Amino acid sequence: MNATAHNPGDHGHHHEPGLIRKYIFSTDHKMIGIQFMLTTLTFFAVGGLLALGVRWQLAWPWQEMPVIGKMLFSETGNVISPEFYTMLFTMHASVMIFFVIIPMLIGAFANFCVPLMIGARDMAFPTLNMLSYWFFWPAFLIMGYSFFVEGGAAAAGWTAYPPLSTIPSAAPASGGGQTFWLVALIFVGISSMMGSVNYITTIIKMRAPGMTMFRMPMTVWSIFITAILQAFALPVLTAALVMQLLDRTLMTGFFNPSDLVVNNVTVATGGGQPILWQHLFWFYSHPAVYIMILPAMGIVSDVLSTFARKPLFGYRPMVYSISGIAGLGFIVWGHHMFQSGMNPMLGATFMVSTMMIALPSAIKTFNWLGTLWRGELHFTTPMLFAVGFVSVFAIGGLSGIFMAATPVDIFIHDTYFIVAHIHYVLMGGSAFGIFAGIYYWFPKMFGRTMSDGWGKVHFFGTFVAMNCTFFPMHVLGAAGMPRRLADPYHYATYEHLLWLNQFITVSALVLGGFQVIFALNFLFSLFGGEKASQNPWRSNTLEWAAPSPPPHGNFEAIPTVYRGPYEYASPEVEEDYLPQHVPTPASTPGATI
Amino acid sequence: MRKLWSLLFLLVPVGAVYLFWIAPDYQWSLPTNKSSFGEGIDKLYNLILWITGVTFVLVNAFLVYFMFRYSAKRENKAAAHVHGNHALEVIWTIVPSLILIFIAFVQMKEWQEVKFQSKFPDALQEKAETEAGEKPSLVQAMARVTARQFEWRITYPGPDGQYDTVDDIQTVNELHMPGYKGDEGQEPIPFLIDLESADVLHSFFVPQFRIKQDAVPGMTIKVWFDAKLDGGPEDDLEFERLPKNQYDLVCAELCGWGHYKMKGRVYVHTPEEYQAWLESQGPE
Repeated sequence: MNATAHNPGDHGHHHEPGLIRKYIFSTDHKMIGIQFMLTTLTFFAVGGLLALGVRWQLAWPWQEMPVIGKMLFSETGNVISPEFYTMLFTMHASVMIFFVIIPMLIGAFANFCVPLMIGARDMAFPTLNMLSYWFFWPAFLIMGYSFFVEGGAAAAGWTAYPPLSTIPSAAPASGGGQTFWLVALIFVGISSMMGSVNYITTIIKMRAPGMTMFRMPMTVWSIFITAILQAFALPVLTAALVMQLLDRTLMTGFFNPSDLVVNNVTVATGGGQPILWQHLFWFYSHPAVYIMILPAMGIVSDVLSTFARKPLFGYRPMVYSISGIAGLGFIVWGHHMFQSGMNPMLGATFMVSTMMIALPSAIKTFNWLGTLWRGELHFTTPMLFAVGFVSVFAIGGLSGIFMAATPVDIFIHDTYFIVAHIHYVLMGGSAFGIFAGIYYWFPKMFGRTMSDGWGKVHFFGTFVAMNCTFFPMHVLGAAGMPRRLADPYHYATYEHLLWLNQFITVSALVLGGFQVIFALNFLFSLFGGEKASQNPWRSNTLEWAAPSPPPHGNFEAIPTVYRGPYEYASPEVEEDYLPQHVPTPASTPGATI
Repeated sequence: MRKLWSLLFLLVPVGAVYLFWIAPDYQWSLPTNKSSFGEGIDKLYNLILWITGVTFVLVNAFLVYFMFRYSAKRENKAAAHVHGNHALEVIWTIVPSLILIFIAFVQMKEWQEVKFQSKFPDALQEKAETEAGEKPSLVQAMARVTARQFEWRITYPGPDGQYDTVDDIQTVNELHMPGYKGDEGQEPIPFLIDLESADVLHSFFVPQFRIKQDAVPGMTIKVWFDAKLDGGPEDDLEFERLPKNQYDLVCAELCGWGHYKMKGRVYVHTPEEYQAWLESQGPE
């Protein structure tokens, strides 16, 4: 069947909509993508500030924060209380994972890029797409409101392990916060599910003529695989969230064992299994790590090839690698639970699958290096973030091998080694991919270019401060410092780590400071940036065949695709790039690359 | 100017290796190991550190070299029109998978030794399998540790070898155990714990023993470890913070607002001292 048979563009329905339909209740994938982007960038700032609160306490425990201390903590003597600290790291992780990285990658970028890059006029289900954005708002509002309820927001960790999360009296400070947290995440889940089915359908059914699966750019491939991962993993989390909600509110006993004595009071629930939650939670949340990294890998692949002016090295191995990650991603969740009381025999099998999942990431890294080899590297801001991604993601990938090794994990589990690892993957990996993508597609999104000079300043500061913040955390973990302690120096074993923690906190403040440069650059460029041409980076993929910014309906005429996305330095043409939609005498539709 | 970016990227491997190099001088590395199986864990840690370290340095060496060598001078068409290389793909798939399989297999034994109940030391086999009502022959080196917000309740079975009887010995946040002189060739004395929780999840962590196990309400989890008695000067640095033969018992799983202060202390005695301590705690 012709892949374009259902393309709405062929029916000529794309009139320019009115203001409210255009900017607020828009069904246009580009506007929805931009809405996701602006919202998630706002929450990026919130999540970052929460992290700085955590860092303050670890560097100067129980000391008054300048200015802010008086405003926020007057009830507890102007210092962070242990209850508040517990809430800080819980909400930092929850906000960053569920409100920033996931919606940024598969809300903002997936929405904006997928139809443009496959040559479609919009997503398969535009109304569903609009709903997927607006279903996020109840989550934002509920989670935001939870900060102000009695006892404050959730404080059971982003992993929300029962019984701490299910028995309100176990965490007096978490009052209604945990309940709101659960409800908010259920909304996030529904929203993500709407997005997933939309991306899968769009990519399968709406590709332009000639756009075979193996001519799709890596960004589209990675979003395709991510959407499948999400569609299969998310229902499990949603079910688990509902079960925990019932345990909390209706006193069911999914996760609470019998005969708990909390605060010297026997709790009247029972029969459940705390470890069951961990299985269900990680069955989603381990694939979620790949949901948070695969799209970034796709973006980085496209940016690297564009600015190396050279075809992506090993396109098919790259596709097979992300497919491999997605497959293996479903059978490694137990590596979060080696010390949980799960049968150690099971741990041994999870160890083997976890070791193997390091392989596709290694293959991808080698192929990125291959892409740079004999290239013609232009160090624009997006390129710097993409190369930066390769550098720091290597650290995040390699450090994973330590915790996959079960005996080593006995020691480093729940220490700062894990915190270092996750931040190298999410801050060094996902966030660098996000920054590369923003600088790269900003001209297409808004018709203007972000300042390259300030972009480089932003990259320089972020790259240096990020490494200074997170690399020493490996060392803290090696020294055995556990995560989530409001005052590690309460233990003599960790007293000597204070100085290193202060260094990390100063670096984190610098890291935060450099993001202000990004925010200003973003805002000023939005209105006063240099006007962008249709294809400022001389890139091959289809989004650059549309005007900047593309009008409603994207393309004047649906392009025909003649070749793969990475024909840079092709001997067939004079220029050093050969876009997918440009015919050459030698190429006919359907010809292989 | 364009070549300078490669120098910035060079700072990452240089800084990373430097930090791990100097870390032991500041005790920013594994605390001195005190258990018999800890050595195997440390060896494995160091093996992986070397493998990943070399890989990391190589990847960065290529990255930095390519950045330096191939940075574009002008808008010309100097890049190679290369889509990949089959032989290279095969090599860099097979070599890392062999290394990963190697790491997977070398660790199996260690993991079994520490966590598989069937592989517990012989002296413990008897205790681990003892049914209620039977009297085990070795009663000294065992305790029940019940974690609760925010303290460790420790029960020794007392002379009759049974928990929940009148001669039980109770302590709070103080775990006493016998140690052995590794330097003088003494056999390790394995210590067996029945780990339980009264309320939420906790995690039993003694960094120097390389042991960590979550305490789960509704479950009794058998945990074993042993402790070398402090000896030579290599131990002196840590004495500045901790008295000889004493260690922090750390809670490593978030258990609520007071998680940070759920601190216990492990006291390692000579077998004779330990016996004397048990007797001193017994019923008058």
